[in-house]
Amino acid sequence: MSLGATAPSRATLATPVFDPAVLRRDFPILDQEVNSRDLVYLDNAATTQKPASVLTALESYYRRDNANVHRGIHELSRRATVAYEDARARVGRFVGATDPAEVIFTRGTTESINLMAWSWGLDVLREGDEILLTEMEHHSNVVPWQLVAQRTGATLRWLEIDDQGLLELDALPKLLGQRTRLVSLTHVSNVLGTVNPVADIVHTVREHSDALVLIDGAQAVPHLPVDVRSLGCDAYAFSGHKMCGPTGIGVLWARRALLDSMPPFQGGGEMIRVVEREGSTWADLPHKFEAGTPNIAGAIGLSAAVDYLERVGMAAIARHEHELLTYALDHLAEVPGFRGLGPDQVELRSGVISFALGDAHPHDISTILDSEGIAVRAGHHCAQLVMRHLGLPATTRASFYFYNTTDDVDRMVTALHVVKGIFG
Amino acid sequence: MENPPLKSLYQQLILEHYRKPKNKADLPDRTVEVRMTNPVCGDEIVLQLKIEGDEIRTARFAGQGCSISQASVSMMTTLLEGRKLADADGIATRFTQMMHGDESAGGDRTLGDLRALQGVSKFPVRIKCALLGFDALLEALKQSGHTPVVRDEGDEEETTP
Repeated sequence: MSLGATAPSRATLATPVFDPAVLRRDFPILDQEVNSRDLVYLDNAATTQKPASVLTALESYYRRDNANVHRGIHELSRRATVAYEDARARVGRFVGATDPAEVIFTRGTTESINLMAWSWGLDVLREGDEILLTEMEHHSNVVPWQLVAQRTGATLRWLEIDDQGLLELDALPKLLGQRTRLVSLTHVSNVLGTVNPVADIVHTVREHSDALVLIDGAQAVPHLPVDVRSLGCDAYAFSGHKMCGPTGIGVLWARRALLDSMPPFQGGGEMIRVVEREGSTWADLPHKFEAGTPNIAGAIGLSAAVDYLERVGMAAIARHEHELLTYALDHLAEVPGFRGLGPDQVELRSGVISFALGDAHPHDISTILDSEGIAVRAGHHCAQLVMRHLGLPATTRASFYFYNTTDDVDRMVTALHVVKGIFG
Repeated sequence: MENPPLKSLYQQLILEHYRKPKNKADLPDRTVEVRMTNPVCGDEIVLQLKIEGDEIRTARFAGQGCSISQASVSMMTTLLEGRKLADADGIATRFTQMMHGDESAGGDRTLGDLRALQGVSKFPVRIKCALLGFDALLEALKQSGHTPVVRDEGDEEETTP
């Protein structure tokens, strides 16, 4: 283990050299054969693999410290509570959130956005109010707003994308106005890899409206340094499992004043102060938004993931993924019939490549790649609005993480030649 | 292609039906039309049948999707014309059995070109693709007053979009 939590004092850590071939040894799952070939995992935009240090953190919590939080007087409950609250502070600091009260643990990005929609949206939105979304959004940043708009009479408006998959930002000022109550958009596109200029967008929104800005950071926090304060947004959502953490844990960060103004999302234990027959009063932040026993192990696992990512270095991760993206686009261009989607400028992208290959359907491509031990995603990627813009019912998507190597890319290129051999 | 399961999956006959599908056209005097989609992958089939009495006179389809779903529906339509509704139902039953691993179905002449799809049974995640056209057929038969026989549908796959 090069960076495992069990060996934090090893000399290699004093002068960390970024080497994906070494880092991948920290990920037990990557060391296996699939269909008699060494596994090549290129479905990281769907979920990432977990380093041994995260698996160890989960196991040692359940082996030694498991208890409910914020309830018991006993020692195990104290330990679990400390570990859970330390995790909140740790994960918050990772994205520049200095006040742990502003860090709400959720099931993931989807629940974070739903929390905003059902708590803030249902409370505040009125007939004629406008919510501005973009054509680039994942369904998790579309459907909650459609549901709340139906109940409140609010209207959805859309910022479109151009043929390269960049937001048409020139149109943004015209879409904003007094009726705009919320602008909710993705930081990084899960289909095209487009990295949106969030700080500039927030600036434009502030100039032309009083709208809140919510950012879907599910594809950003795992891959590039993110500081929610310097982005200037009001709320930011992300998922643990896309950044080496466990499934079922994620974060909604939002400004304290905003969270204070919002009613609870779910009711239950943990989120109350006093319960009487006539009504109840709410716990302080962040507990007001965490009804029921939270995903304690998940939060602890995510904290271990953040420790791991910080030791690798987010800047190094972003740099490596750019190098890999450039290498992959160069080599994929040599496959006859390859058509890559997304911005031409690599600087505007993260490590995601959606593509078409001749008349081979993405499902067939994915089956053939799987038979060569290579995991990619085929389908609409929960972004049917993007697909409609591209005029494609589905694409094949390869998405990288820091443990992927140029060898992985070479294996994919070779397998795509097999696809060409079958489909011509 | 060295990979034997892959070779049996992508038979030449399947690729021919994918590239040049049979009966892919509009049927203006249809008596029934059924649209089936697989929300997981976006594959889509619109099956149009002209049924007179208890017999299928004409079968046409429109659709988009992977080679397996499109070849399967193309092959299926070539078997339907002139069939009694109960016989069409029988083909669906036999084909479903083949998808769920019944090897004897692979030698059943009533399945025609569909026998080339036997290799799909070795790829569990692709069985739904092969059955999409038959899902449309069974729904069309139901809407036309035919009660399909009860069959073992096998394990339903849990998937999320």
